[in-house]
Amino acid sequence: MYENVEMRQVLGNVLEELMDKDERIVVIDADLAKANGTLNLRKKFPERAFDIGIAEQNMASVAAGMAAYGFIPFICSFTPFTTRRICDQIAISIAYAKRNVKIIGTDPGITAELNGGTHMSMEDIGVIRSIPNMVIFEPVDAVQLAKAMPKIVEYDGVVYIRTLRKSSPIIFSDDYEFDLFKADTIREGKDVTLFAAGIMVKEALEAADILKAEGIEAEIINIHTIKPIDREAVITSAKKTGAVVTCENHNVMGGLKSAVAEVLIEECPVPLKAIGVQDHFGEVAKLDYLKKKYHMTANDIVEAANQVIAKKR
Amino acid sequence: MDRNEIIFLEDKSRHIRRLIVDEIGKLGVGHIGGCLSAVEGLVVLYYKAMNIDPKNPHMEGRDRFIMSKGHAGPALYAVLADKGYFDISELDTLNRPETNLPSHCDMLKTTGVDMTAGSLGQGISCAVGMAKASKIKKDNAYIYCMVGDGETQEGQVWEAAMFASHSKLNNLIAFTDNNKMQIDGNTKEIVSVEPLADKWAAFGWNVLSVDGHNVEEIYNAIIEAKKSTDKPSMIILDTIKGKGVSFIEAMGAANHSTPISEEQRIKALEELK
Ligand SMILES: Cc1ncc(C[n+]2csc(CCOP(=O)(O)OP(=O)(O)O)c2C)c(N)n1
Ligand SMILES: [Mg+2]
Repeated sequence: MYENVEMRQVLGNVLEELMDKDERIVVIDADLAKANGTLNLRKKFPERAFDIGIAEQNMASVAAGMAAYGFIPFICSFTPFTTRRICDQIAISIAYAKRNVKIIGTDPGITAELNGGTHMSMEDIGVIRSIPNMVIFEPVDAVQLAKAMPKIVEYDGVVYIRTLRKSSPIIFSDDYEFDLFKADTIREGKDVTLFAAGIMVKEALEAADILKAEGIEAEIINIHTIKPIDREAVITSAKKTGAVVTCENHNVMGGLKSAVAEVLIEECPVPLKAIGVQDHFGEVAKLDYLKKKYHMTANDIVEAANQVIAKKR
Repeated sequence: MDRNEIIFLEDKSRHIRRLIVDEIGKLGVGHIGGCLSAVEGLVVLYYKAMNIDPKNPHMEGRDRFIMSKGHAGPALYAVLADKGYFDISELDTLNRPETNLPSHCDMLKTTGVDMTAGSLGQGISCAVGMAKASKIKKDNAYIYCMVGDGETQEGQVWEAAMFASHSKLNNLIAFTDNNKMQIDGNTKEIVSVEPLADKWAAFGWNVLSVDGHNVEEIYNAIIEAKKSTDKPSMIILDTIKGKGVSFIEAMGAANHSTPISEEQRIKALEELK
């Protein structure tokens, strides 16, 4: 039912449903409502959906103030502007003060495409992950996003939603049961685990098919919630396969690799390789070009999987 | 300015608009509205007011320009290419892989770009930093900067404003491309920045308001601004987003970033003959 539906359309539609049901929900944009699919909410909810102008820092603390009054504000912009730009406001007004604000960032990492380096957040997960009291959720597809949104409202605390704006291939079925704090095993295998998030899940699936043809059974685990990470899922799978590849649309420092490695180094050290942005800034180009240039394709995952498997024992 | 100079700058503005339409049109999408509204300001600066040498882009003591509304990169690139900072054919590489001309201004990539921008609100602070540095170095440079009216909603702009007047940076001459639109709609309906001139004046700036598509008025305002002995200057350019191409102007705020078809590109070039 979500095939070819843009993620931003899902955001807009689900927020509308949630706002209908729950009068505490407020949606605040910083001049990117058109881009993020939230503009129409203003027609139906002229008081609870509004623009704060190009003033993201103000947006974060205004939201915290409204949260202190019992509202549940969603603040929205592109990922760089809802994270690094407003890091201190998130840390102090929102997280330290424990105010129930939900943060929506779109166009993460290389999906900012032609907006280029200034708009590519390679560090947002790292920035947010190192602030206490934060939950970080990155959907894979429209189904997962739609299922997650009500749970995110239910959860009493700060959540950073890091999502694609455009459409993404559908991976989850309509009857998929979503748990915000449980990772999803998308495919079972015994030789290597591919921990993947966001747009990299599709690459991991393709990689697993290639590996299968080579006689290697890859397990794919979708870490949709990078913080708090599902430690049990990480440990169980790593113990089973003994080799790990992390796949993320983010710097390999501070993001999924770091989160997985932090668990494994304490509980079950195994060979690990990280697919992702190798500690550099972004640049303008289409997604496919950047995936290849930054070695973030299915083939790169296959190569990394073979390397970690070779290092086992 | 004499009549011939005015005609030269007006013709140049039309030519720069053609280059912008070509750049963005050939790619098929881009920030066309805010590029077209900025043209006369850029043309008066680069063809008349600024002390610069395209052959020597890092010249000591040169005047500098910071495009704080960094998404108007393609407008600046058209001017820089036409001035000879780099080959005109490079304009066709806008936003293609490995280009030197990305959506948002990048001083590490593009010859002639004095500062990187793209995260709104930061460029004006960088301009203040340059003006302060120039004062210490006593190199007599003027630092020019352009902000968007929507960009002015960023608190950082006002932090910059306060420090610049406190520091008596009369070598700083900034423009607001006051096209009265941002992405989500008309600025006055999103979050009004008015009364804009009074705000800058209250922050201790020397404020001038002119027709942003009249090269003579813009130039005269720069001359006026240079007379300021102890204040930075803000020249508010009353502009039209998408100026010069009727169907782009008619889109209103929707022209911020929009697809341009081959047919539209040709139609726009026709209008700009
Ligand atoms: C910090 C930041 N927030 C949001 C954006 C996204 N953005 C790019 S252009 C723009 C609107 C700018 O409006 P204005 O300054 O009036 O520029 P113009 O109308 O001249 O294009 C926005 C919100 C950004 N680049 N930087
Ligand atoms: Mg504007």
